Amino acid sequence: MPKNNGVRGEARMVPDASFTSYYGRPVVKAAPWSNDIPAYLFLGGLAGGSSLLAAGADVMHNDELRRAARLTALGAIGGSYLALVHDLGRPSRFFNMLRVAKPTSPMSMGTWIITAYGPAAVLAAASEFTGMIPPGRLSRLVSFANRPAGIAAAMIAPVLSSYTAVLLSDTSTPAWNHGFKEMPFVFVGSSATAAGGMAMIASSVHNAAPARRLAIGGALTELLAIEKMKASMGVVSETLDLGTAGKLIRLSQFLTIFGALGSIVFGRKSRAVSLVSGLALVLGSACTKFGVFEAGQSSARDPKYTVAPQKKSLQDGATHARPKTRWDVLRNPYHRQRSSR
Amino acid sequence: MSKTIVHLGLDPAKISGWDVAQPRMGFFTDTSLCIGCKACEVACKEWNEIPEDGLDWLGISYDNTGSLGASSWRHVAFIEQAVPGGRTDTPSSASALDGSDLRWLMSSDVCKHCTEAGCLDVCPTGSLFRTEFGTVVVQDDICNGCGYCVAACPFGVIERRTGSHGTKNVGLAQKCTLCYDRLVSGMTPACAQACPTESIQFGNLSELRSRARRRVEKLQLDGNRAARLYGDDPNDGIGGAGAMFLLLDQPEVYGLPPNPVVATRELGQMWKQAGIAALTFLIGAAAASIER
Repeated sequence: MPKNNGVRGEARMVPDASFTSYYGRPVVKAAPWSNDIPAYLFLGGLAGGSSLLAAGADVMHNDELRRAARLTALGAIGGSYLALVHDLGRPSRFFNMLRVAKPTSPMSMGTWIITAYGPAAVLAAASEFTGMIPPGRLSRLVSFANRPAGIAAAMIAPVLSSYTAVLLSDTSTPAWNHGFKEMPFVFVGSSATAAGGMAMIASSVHNAAPARRLAIGGALTELLAIEKMKASMGVVSETLDLGTAGKLIRLSQFLTIFGALGSIVFGRKSRAVSLVSGLALVLGSACTKFGVFEAGQSSARDPKYTVAPQKKSLQDGATHARPKTRWDVLRNPYHRQRSSR
Repeated sequence: MSKTIVHLGLDPAKISGWDVAQPRMGFFTDTSLCIGCKACEVACKEWNEIPEDGLDWLGISYDNTGSLGASSWRHVAFIEQAVPGGRTDTPSSASALDGSDLRWLMSSDVCKHCTEAGCLDVCPTGSLFRTEFGTVVVQDDICNGCGYCVAACPFGVIERRTGSHGTKNVGLAQKCTLCYDRLVSGMTPACAQACPTESIQFGNLSELRSRARRRVEKLQLDGNRAARLYGDDPNDGIGGAGAMFLLLDQPEVYGLPPNPVVATRELGQMWKQAGIAALTFLIGAAAASIER
């Protein structure tokens, strides 16, 4: 059993002696997801951030940056669709997700978010190729849709980047569930870092200033949010420090700080440093997503992270007498009956 | 409106839109009567045509099933436990080992058919649904195997079936249906039918609940102070279970979570945080884009 590992010097919530389990077997089941899912989290974030950058560049008439960011968004959303479908137990039934829209299912909401975002991003990217489309109805439609599609994609993009945190948190996987307050900020920070970094690689130093600013802001947000998340997770925060997840998170922090410093100091001057920094930022963002994903999987496999926080909540008398929120009433009329009695 | 809901009582089937009146059905598993014979596991596999999923020796106890899963819809936990201070009704050879007494705890675990079911809440295809009996069932022809329900379940019950190509329902989420096909014909679920000691009792949930309360009171009066009910409280984190248990030790000893709370209860707050983060991102990106 891993020791405290110096998690902010906090005392362990429940000493090992009083922690029991059924022969050390997991209580909850880890999501049956492969690396497709963290890849999807990363690519979706990269696409979202790039669409925002592209819309900004479009309005500011920064043609090189706009083109680079739109093409990145196109590639990333294509890749994320593939990853998402590939991870299903029955990929041929992907369309079954389009038969319902369920507010209680973040995956259902996410399906509709990417279904709305995808065509907008594709149309925006297509308008970069108007020269290659033979003149006619299609070419007129594409050039007419140019800016509206880009703006539409950018309006959906922030939700595309942050909803994935809800997707993970709305589970019984301890490291994902306990981090629900801060994880959306970790994820949008990571999206900004990735999109900024990729645009630094794909466009000239002169035109990449907005990308650098986005990347630096994203890096700061990501680094701070992940620390705040760990502080709020109690004993479960260990899972972000230990094993593969710990290695990924530390690597992500190193790459993100390195990339951000590189862009601050040499971003305007050196194309070479811009390339290296951009790459570090993109990889750092990917490591964050894979690290958070791994932390969840390892937290589900160890019964300690399910049992100890629940024992603590029982000792604190917390959840059973939980006040009902407005959400409860909306979600389950049963609560309305209880409170009106 | 509120009057009708009061009338609904504990019935999640009605809340889900069923207007054919059926009492909520469920299980009461009285583990003090379980002898660990695993007839429930076998009967369940037989009736539901569940494929074989490994004939391994786990080397932990007489339990070689290990846990509930895609192809184990009943699981008999088997705990060999030292009882400090000891009891007198176990074989003396056991206490000779280390001066303490040993006892065996056996419990047949099953899907809890929660009032607030996490699996059902998060299912993005509508494959998981609430039956007219208040139970929670997967529709095999709709599930696309996304696996979200697996992570959402607070009890680690539902699982995506693995196996070679051609295995029945491979790649789909699978779990106890509370023998939905038997229930619609007025029959008892296979596990309860097969149980030789009536440790597994099936019936009208409110009736089972009062039976369970009488039973735990009796055991406590008989001196079994650790006896407790699990999943019987409609005010717990899952709104009460459709399958409750009488346990002789703490839930986690049996591999059950001590205080499960369905994640969906916090979903409103989760979306709020995600919304604030998204707005921050939008404003931040706009600010980063402004060029002089």
